[in-house]
Amino acid sequence: MKQRDFEQRHQLLWQQLENWLAGYQKNVVIQASADNSPPQIEDIPAAYRRLCQHLAVAKERHYTGNLVARLNQLVLACHQRIYQQKSVSRSRWLDYLFEGFPAALRAQSRFVWLACALFLAPALVMGFGCYWNDALIYAVMSPEQVMEVEAMYDPGNRVLGRERGSDSDLMMFGFYIKNNIGIAFRTFATGMLFGLGSIFFLLFNGVFLGAIFGHITRVGFVTTFYPFVIGHGAFELTAIVFAGAAGLRLGHALVNPGNLSRRQSLREAGHDAMKIMYGTFLMLVIAAFLEAFWSSSTDVSIAIKLLVGGFFWLLVITYCCLAGRRTAHGESRT
Amino acid sequence: MKNASTTQSPSAPPSSADLEPAGLDTLYAIETPEGIDLTAQVAGPVPRILAYSVDLFYRTLILIALGIALAFAGNTGIGIWLLGSFLLEWFYPVIFEVFRGGQTPGKRAFGLTVVNDNLTPVGWGASIMRNLLRFADFLPFGYCAGILSMTLSRHFQRLGDYAAGTIVIYRAQSAKSTALPDVAPAPPPRGLTLEDQQAIVSLTERAGVLSQARQQELADLLQPITGKNGEAGLRQLYAIGHWLLGARQSRDNRDADKQGGNRQTGQVGTEARTE
Repeated sequence: MKQRDFEQRHQLLWQQLENWLAGYQKNVVIQASADNSPPQIEDIPAAYRRLCQHLAVAKERHYTGNLVARLNQLVLACHQRIYQQKSVSRSRWLDYLFEGFPAALRAQSRFVWLACALFLAPALVMGFGCYWNDALIYAVMSPEQVMEVEAMYDPGNRVLGRERGSDSDLMMFGFYIKNNIGIAFRTFATGMLFGLGSIFFLLFNGVFLGAIFGHITRVGFVTTFYPFVIGHGAFELTAIVFAGAAGLRLGHALVNPGNLSRRQSLREAGHDAMKIMYGTFLMLVIAAFLEAFWSSSTDVSIAIKLLVGGFFWLLVITYCCLAGRRTAHGESRT
Repeated sequence: MKNASTTQSPSAPPSSADLEPAGLDTLYAIETPEGIDLTAQVAGPVPRILAYSVDLFYRTLILIALGIALAFAGNTGIGIWLLGSFLLEWFYPVIFEVFRGGQTPGKRAFGLTVVNDNLTPVGWGASIMRNLLRFADFLPFGYCAGILSMTLSRHFQRLGDYAAGTIVIYRAQSAKSTALPDVAPAPPPRGLTLEDQQAIVSLTERAGVLSQARQQELADLLQPITGKNGEAGLRQLYAIGHWLLGARQSRDNRDADKQGGNRQTGQVGTEARTE
């Protein structure tokens, strides 16, 4: 069959499909005027399959590039429309919150424990080191930084935490969101470099925070420091460890892809890692909120802060250990 | 690569469809569940860097505007500004990619689209993934890792694209059916090979795109076939092209065609199912 006949014969179907597509694209004006616009098609999949066949026929018969390109584009647009992924429904979010996230952590427990060790080991070493040895803190921080940290948690201060010109909690919320979530995202993203970046950030944060803990305890600012950090620390420190674990999962996929190609292995790792990262993001938002509006408040007594902080730790740990047990050994939910 | 193999075996059939991915081509082909090959054009580093620059410009502009607007709100303003800059830094591309069909304003300006590597639209997971890993692409400075990865990979994927399973393609231009030159169809001479026919047809289709002088020049090369020179030869090629595309008779001498009437009335409806 000659190309012209072929075009004439199937023109209507193509126009119908183009119209159908245009109906879904809000930014595309439907050109066809009311009187000569072809009627809508009932059975889209069937029409799409016929269109696919037309493309195959056009290629097979060596019809011109213009026609093949037009059909290819139409098929591509329909393909995108028909195979579009479903958006996340509300119930799936709840599923994720109560089961998916802890189940994902459990599925990657190797990496979670590894990240935990990479963070805690240097933190403990530096913590005890700085507690016993006055000079050790200067190995990781300059004297000015040490002064700054000390000034932050000096019990003589009116407000806690970082120095503030005026006590605007919202400003600090913005700062914590940008800074802390940025750190967690970087810890995760650099896992892409064969895991080295995640390892570096975990060790670095461990050393740094450990040193501060040890030094502040040694100086004796415990009554301001611990009530301040305990509350949001439950969410923030664990979230950074989880982000590191997700990064290590990526790195491991590249270093040891097993039976898969590196590309495939990375795809799967990315899928696993994302399941952890959603929850991590949520935890960091909670942490920033607590740090800005709860940890820094001076009205609440130290005992209550410690109590609530301890409760948060208990909550996070029980959540990670117990939630989502049902699906952990069954089929893995996506 | 392709040329080398064909010269070694001259008896091999000529490579068929012009859309088939060749060695150095940037075409990306997948097979759909319907069993057909779908192709898309992958975008290289240069348009992507330009698109990124446009987005960076917009982002900076928004931040400056936000800064001016919030300048009088004191510390609360600073807090909101920091929040805004965080969201812009990490989620600006995600929002656009998910809600605007894979196009940030910069990508739209250069006709680029982010899609999954099965050519379906990107969802939240893939989009967040590729944009979180932007930081890894940034290392050690100025997106060195990303550019290196794009240059080395077959489909110009940066590290984030690899992990999220996405590619950046050119959004297909709406292919316009070009108007053919107004020439009465004429039968081609005998013995035209398939490639000759395709060449003549595409010359006819490009009548409106190529310059007149260039078309003349091409037509003169085919003087052995048309037997005419210059303008007449070109018109002869147009006529043959029309014929090959399926046109048969001009309106003036339709009655001379014996089966013309049958074609017009009978075929369109009845043969529709036979292919």
